[in-house]
Amino acid sequence: MSEYLSVLIFIFAGIGIVLLTFWLSYLIRPSHPYPEKDINYECAELPIGTSWIRFNNHFYIFALIFVIFDVEAVFLFPWAVAFGQLGLYALVEVVVFILILFFGLFYAWKKGVLKWV
Amino acid sequence: MLEIVIASSIKVIIVVIAVLTGCAYATYMERKLVAHFQHRIGPLYAGPYGLLQPMADAVKLIFKEDIVPDKVERYTYALAPVISFIPAMLIFAVIPFGKDTSVFGYGIKMVLSDLNIAVLFIFAITSLGIYGIILGGWSSGSKYSLMGGLRSSAQMISYEVSYGLSIIGVILIANTLSLRELVNQQASDSIWFFSHWYVWRQPLGFLLYLTCAIAETNRAPFDLPEAESELVGGYHTEYSSMRFSMFFIGEYANMLAVSAVGATLFFGGWQGPFVNTIPLLGIVWFVLKVFLFMFFYIWLRATFPRFRYDQLMNFGWKILLPLALFNTMLTSLLVALKVI
Amino acid sequence: MNLDAVIFIISAIVAVLGASMMIFQRNPVMAVLSFMVSLLAQAVLYIQLDALFLGAVLIIVYAGAVLVLFLFVIMLLNLRTTKELGPSSSLMRHLGKYFLSFLLIMEFVFIIKSSFFKGASLVGVMNMKPEGFGTVTSVATLLFTKYLYPFELTSILILVAIVGAVVMARKDKNIDRPTENKLGKN
Repeated sequence: MSEYLSVLIFIFAGIGIVLLTFWLSYLIRPSHPYPEKDINYECAELPIGTSWIRFNNHFYIFALIFVIFDVEAVFLFPWAVAFGQLGLYALVEVVVFILILFFGLFYAWKKGVLKWV
Repeated sequence: MLEIVIASSIKVIIVVIAVLTGCAYATYMERKLVAHFQHRIGPLYAGPYGLLQPMADAVKLIFKEDIVPDKVERYTYALAPVISFIPAMLIFAVIPFGKDTSVFGYGIKMVLSDLNIAVLFIFAITSLGIYGIILGGWSSGSKYSLMGGLRSSAQMISYEVSYGLSIIGVILIANTLSLRELVNQQASDSIWFFSHWYVWRQPLGFLLYLTCAIAETNRAPFDLPEAESELVGGYHTEYSSMRFSMFFIGEYANMLAVSAVGATLFFGGWQGPFVNTIPLLGIVWFVLKVFLFMFFYIWLRATFPRFRYDQLMNFGWKILLPLALFNTMLTSLLVALKVI
Repeated sequence: MNLDAVIFIISAIVAVLGASMMIFQRNPVMAVLSFMVSLLAQAVLYIQLDALFLGAVLIIVYAGAVLVLFLFVIMLLNLRTTKELGPSSSLMRHLGKYFLSFLLIMEFVFIIKSSFFKGASLVGVMNMKPEGFGTVTSVATLLFTKYLYPFELTSILILVAIVGAVVMARKDKNIDRPTENKLGKN
């Protein structure tokens, strides 16, 4: 368990560095805000409309497919670790598993979902 | 218990300082190398050969005014740089950087925490790295930031699965998730010290890892999120001062991290000639290997133009992912038949 | 009090706080972030129970993938301002939610008091761990021998999910098509 403890310490050290540098910079940096400076950048013009524009829903579809394949990758990790003990039978099982998913990928591909517009 | 806490605190401080220095000098290395690739000289005036340039940059960034635009979402805007910085650092917690030694009778493990699920840990931390970018882009209240953040996150998720699958080949051969164990398995006493490196048994896996790692760290030629010509600065357009430098350090720490993981998984980590006689040589070999990876990164940046976005997505889903699945099946078949 | 107990108490509190923040936050992105904090604390709890693989998977799949999907949805629907949600709720809704919460708490109380936990203290359960408990190898051996059919069925489930995603994408395309044609005619 002590190994995980040092990971925790590392996280706290990281947070500590961030706080320290932010505090240091807060002490010494200048601050002269004025309204024109605090406008969002848009080629030195006044921003037109809202910045939270509607975007292509393709991003969502890709995120969905990513979740699916991420789950698959997670299943493969324990298989790879125990492969030496499990042997050829596990190989057949996983090949079936991968082939089914390959079919899914191929299906999405043929239906044109993976095509970026 | 207190002894363990103190010992690991000291190790944490050393590793953090080493990584931060590494990041600083990675920027120097990049500027100098790219300059020479282009027949320029690069940083020259700060110190001999411009060696103090990273320090000058750091001081400059600390003194800069912190401009927070009016339209940002305050909390997420403040959190995003921190979230992108800490996961990048955290990967170094599990990387073994030398052979275990003993100083004044204390046995010292040359790894911060020897997790037996280290590879899964790396995969998990890498998957958290996306948050800084997506939140930074969304909360800035700028169209450039939003588009940059979206592109970047979609790119990262597209290459993350292949990134994970490219490692599986090595695990299939090694049957362990502990990086320490992986490094030990690549040891070789003969004169051909590199003969047991996994890169020879996993050439396709290594190429996949290299490609996905470059895409995961948003580096050229996959640096679309920061495509200056169309998106200004991408997701960190509206960030300045220390907040910007957190993103910046995070990016370089990420580069160093994937280089270190690549060196550990495929090039034997700290293994090299004469390590058994002089244990401290392990650190030198390790740093050298990481340096070679970084050189390759910078070389790519100076050589290749940027991908177009649809090419990038097609490449990730239609070429890399099927190849990674194919590599997994091929490796498992070869391992089962005891060929490799 | 030893360090393990301290870590357990802190991460348990963080997990519960994160989960409640997720519900009480009016800003959807902050709600997702609170969920993530809660998940990280839960991962610490799993690791304390020696369930290493589950801890890692919780972060990889939930924090690294599913929450990213949630963030994309929130950004796609542009759920930024919370004022559009309208007045918080009417009296009947208040009564309803308190009634439901009361029922849930009573349910928990009955489960805890029931025979399931009698005689087996938590420490006892912890000490009954079999050899190699929670390691990736033991998970794999179980997954690929005893629970093989559920595992293979999972792939069918994932396939169904892919088909669902594809169908959704196709549907959106049909909506887009008329505008494309109009642009073409012009």
